Amino acid sequence: MSDVAERVKKIVVEHLSVDEDKVTESASFIDDLGADSLDTVELVMAFEEEFGIEIPDDAAETIQTFGDAVKFIENAN
Amino acid sequence: MRRVVVTGLGMVSPLAAGVEETWSRLLDGRSAAGTIRQFDAEHLATNYACEVPRGDGTDGTFNADDWLSSKDQRKVDPFILFGIAAAEMAVQDAGWAPADDRGQERTGVLVGSGIGGLGTIYENAKTLMEKGPRRVSPFFVPAALINLVSGQISIKYGFRGPNHSVVTACATGAHAIGDAARLIMLDDADVMIAGGAESAINELGIAGFNACKALSTKRRDDPAHASRPWDKDRDGFVMGEGAGIVVLEEYEHAKARGAKIYAEVTGYGLSGDAYHVTAPAADGDGAKRAMRAAMARAAVNPGDVHYVNAHGTSTMADVIELAAVTEVMGNHAGELTMTSTKSSIGHLLGAAGAVEAIFCILALRDQVAPPTINLDDPAEETVVDLAPKAARERKIDIAMSNSFGFGGTNASLILSRV
Repeated sequence: MSDVAERVKKIVVEHLSVDEDKVTESASFIDDLGADSLDTVELVMAFEEEFGIEIPDDAAETIQTFGDAVKFIENAN
Repeated sequence: MRRVVVTGLGMVSPLAAGVEETWSRLLDGRSAAGTIRQFDAEHLATNYACEVPRGDGTDGTFNADDWLSSKDQRKVDPFILFGIAAAEMAVQDAGWAPADDRGQERTGVLVGSGIGGLGTIYENAKTLMEKGPRRVSPFFVPAALINLVSGQISIKYGFRGPNHSVVTACATGAHAIGDAARLIMLDDADVMIAGGAESAINELGIAGFNACKALSTKRRDDPAHASRPWDKDRDGFVMGEGAGIVVLEEYEHAKARGAKIYAEVTGYGLSGDAYHVTAPAADGDGAKRAMRAAMARAAVNPGDVHYVNAHGTSTMADVIELAAVTEVMGNHAGELTMTSTKSSIGHLLGAAGAVEAIFCILALRDQVAPPTINLDDPAEETVVDLAPKAARERKIDIAMSNSFGFGGTNASLILSRV
């Protein structure tokens, strides 16, 4: 797993209080990891903070899964 | 009008998390005051308060993990957390867990707070200043809003009846219980979860109440003796925190399901001073009218009221209330016991009225008035028994709880044995 993926996973585990095993590439924050809409907003803010990037609202809406987040951040970097 | 009784009690207080733990410590005359531990308060005019004892949940300590997952704790201000905990205790105590539509739709929630999520507002304002608007938490607003105690409780239990809240400063808890009782009387609900929650012991809260000269400042070396209602050496209130929640229920509804009935809410009176933003009317006009309205509603006479839990904050206003009570009780003032439990737990602001109503209910149950501790040298002579320093065992059939708030808002509740 890439460094970005490790760091994203750590944030997801912390914010959503889920087991690390459940944070798979296709895991949806809302459908699989118990997040609600406000949790996803907070997650995106945590990604921005961790990686020093800005994720515009329309882009944030496309980040539905753990894999989406890792891909977006790797591209942004 | 339908009768309303109390069938469940819940409390997080500076003495303990839990009704019975708090009550036994209160009767023992213990003070919950100490140097503030939640943050460094040395630079403030007041560095002491009555904080809820945090811990692992044993020996009366409050362990947030016992009441809410760590994930969800981050999404609520502590006042909401205290409210959720006290509500859980009250609902468990009442044994009320309706699974059907009718039961859920006929159960409402009315919990207030004087200030709400002040600490959360403060933290997010700092974030806004330091990091900009994009770093303000999406949970900021729902974590801080006063009516979100009611919202969270309704979501947790599926209570889909009236969902309401009260904000009347230090009269909040009393107004919440009184208004919720009326919703049941008027048939808007059969059961109401009602009370108040507060957590304003933070830098901004202490600085703010210091600025309006409301807090005791003179006992940095001896905080346990700082809250001293009616005493000559009182110099302001000591801030407390916590929550008090009761389950109110229509009498026949409670009887039909065999619920334990603690007391009946028989009287409720409200008034406004129209006088000053922080000071009560000097002649006690609003206080007297609130008490008389509650007594008229309960159809009781001065001699019928055996115990008054005073607002008694340990400020200059104490003697105004004492004079008002003395006048209202007339020739029977000498038969009355009136105490201020704020001497032990400090002033819980929006939670005070609810916590103190619960103390009245326990006084009815156990036939004992909790003491006014630290009352060494009364500022005024009185025929009223203020039960200084020791609990007073006596006949208590009817109790009254007074609560007065900034803005000149007054509420009196009357609770009776059933």
